[in-house]
Amino acid sequence: MTWIRRHLLTGYAILAFCYLLLPVSVVLLFSFNAPAGRFNYVWEGFTFDNWVHWDAVPGIRDAVVKSLEIAIVSTIAATVLGTLIALAIVRHRFRGRGVVNVLVFLPMSTPEIVLGASLLTLFINARVVTGFLTIFIAHVMFIVSYVVVTVKARLIDFDRHLEEAAMDLGANEWVTFRKVTLPLLAPAILSAALLGFALSIDDFVITYFVAGSTTTFPLFVWGAARVAVPPQVNVIASAIFLVSVLFMVGNVLWAVRAARRARESMPAALPVPDQLSRPEAA
Amino acid sequence: MSESMTSPDVRLEEVVKEFGEMRAVDGISLEIPRGSFFALLGPSGCGKTTTLRMIGGFEEATSGRIFLGDRDVVGLPPYKRDVNTVFQSYALFPHMTIADNVAFGLQRKGIARAEVNTRVAEILELVDLAGRESRKPRQLSGGQQQRVALARAIVCNPRVLLLDEPLGALDLKLRKQMQLELKRIQHEIGITFVHVTHDQEEAMTMADTIAVMNGGRIEQLGTPADLYERPQSAFVAGFLGKSNLLAGTITGEGLVRLVDGSELRASTNGTRGPVSIGVRPEKISLSNGGVNRLAGKVKESAYIGVATEVVVTTSVGELTVFHQNVEAGGVAPAPGSQVTLSWAPEATFVVDRGDPGDRGEEHVV
Ligand SMILES: Nc1ncnc2c1ncn2[C@@H]1O[C@H](COP(=O)(O)OP(=O)(O)O)[C@@H](O)[C@H]1O
Ligand SMILES: [Mg+2]
Repeated sequence: MTWIRRHLLTGYAILAFCYLLLPVSVVLLFSFNAPAGRFNYVWEGFTFDNWVHWDAVPGIRDAVVKSLEIAIVSTIAATVLGTLIALAIVRHRFRGRGVVNVLVFLPMSTPEIVLGASLLTLFINARVVTGFLTIFIAHVMFIVSYVVVTVKARLIDFDRHLEEAAMDLGANEWVTFRKVTLPLLAPAILSAALLGFALSIDDFVITYFVAGSTTTFPLFVWGAARVAVPPQVNVIASAIFLVSVLFMVGNVLWAVRAARRARESMPAALPVPDQLSRPEAA
Repeated sequence: MSESMTSPDVRLEEVVKEFGEMRAVDGISLEIPRGSFFALLGPSGCGKTTTLRMIGGFEEATSGRIFLGDRDVVGLPPYKRDVNTVFQSYALFPHMTIADNVAFGLQRKGIARAEVNTRVAEILELVDLAGRESRKPRQLSGGQQQRVALARAIVCNPRVLLLDEPLGALDLKLRKQMQLELKRIQHEIGITFVHVTHDQEEAMTMADTIAVMNGGRIEQLGTPADLYERPQSAFVAGFLGKSNLLAGTITGEGLVRLVDGSELRASTNGTRGPVSIGVRPEKISLSNGGVNRLAGKVKESAYIGVATEVVVTTSVGELTVFHQNVEAGGVAPAPGSQVTLSWAPEATFVVDRGDPGDRGEEHVV
């Protein structure tokens, strides 16, 4: 009975995996296609040319560079900002804390098209020229939500005694933050940053509204698709996918190794506080 | 700032701590002499941790003054107080090695790396953890983590070491062993220890002086023998070991009349009116040798190794007696037999007739 159940689950997992991976495999496969016409929709023959000459299409290099620039600066800004917001929400009781707590979820739950349209309205009314700066502002806004949520989750079960111990041992607030709080939050901050980066590279809808004449990679693909879809688009998409897989696998391996190392050299169970501590009868 | 050698290491003056409506600490005053092993003993929730945290600087006192040596430390952050804490949960830094954990305090003082390394090695030797320097805390057992927490605190050579139920998470055997170990270390390094525990045996084993706390106040402060032999309240009598309490009224100097009219002798020290008198089970003998006597019938008797616990029903209630098993085979009286209980007036203590609702495991009559 358990045999069946276990293998049923395995089969199900494989199916789900295929479902998830099929579209990506197609993208990857067609990055090696040598299409006859302007559209890369029919398999014609295998070639490495598209990968070697990935920037052969006019404008694609600029778009990719622009996307990377935006992703890098907005991720950094949003990560710093989001971490600070999470610290403020979890650690301090201030007026408007509840409001901030809710507002921070808004970019996540509002439809992108609404966000994009309202941001554009805002920028026009504020007479901000749309372009790199407005894309940056928009991206920071939606990445911040994810950073706050991720870091907040980690902070909520953070053992405050660790920071007290640091202060007890002579570390002031800043040293405590640098030596204890930050290193322990680092995994959460890092994963939030990776997610933010991926979201930024990928974003189309909001960017479309606030980009002005700036072209990011998704906007480039959109523009190109009307006249031609060169296989280089698949190359860039595949490259982005492969890099994220690399990060993910690295992350998982690192976690597994850490866990194994911990298990191997753990001679006894961890202490369970407040047990076995009743005094015996005199 | 001159400091006399006799000034206590820690002095609390009418310290109060309120959490909203709740008074966790309700006016505590005490002095802890230099180099002593001081225990704060009391049931869970009586304010021990809060008191300790106010000394450590993690909690701001609502009112009152706290001195470390001659210095009023109220308002100072923890890193400006010359005390170190062993946390109940140990609070070891999980991302640092054992050596880095222990070195943390020394590095904050700006001590040169070579000296830090020497002192870390020395202290790990002292707590028997040499060779584990490069492990991470989670790779150690509970007992070892406990000793790292201790090493990390004492390596800083503080004026006072605060320990919050440091042995609470260990199993019984290890706890007994660590009690002696802690005592040895305290003796060796001579730092004042303030040890919080709810385990009366632990406090009695380790401390020179014990403050028994109850409901945010200190019930009684004294040596373990003081508290055991001369408890001043029903709570203390009940919390430290077993005791028999009998309701009575003081009728004259050294004379107490029980509810059945019989009179017993006790040192009353000028107290008057309704009281309880107490006597420890091991002070009662099953013969009529003592001055204070009560007749009764054995209800049950249980052999517990070093003694036989005999419960005797008398006209003033049930009393527990620990009858020493001096001879092999045991000669404790069988249930149902008539016995006379007797004990010396010096073994009798007088306490206020407290509210029996808030005390430990004693027999109240
Ligand atoms: N931060 C806090 N906020 C509110 N109440 C608290 C806080 N810390 C402790 N208390 C309350 O104060 C009382 C004493 O707590 P504590 O000092 O931890 O007791 P003990 O260490 O003796 O078990 C308890 O009733 C506890 O619930
Ligand atoms: Mg406590």
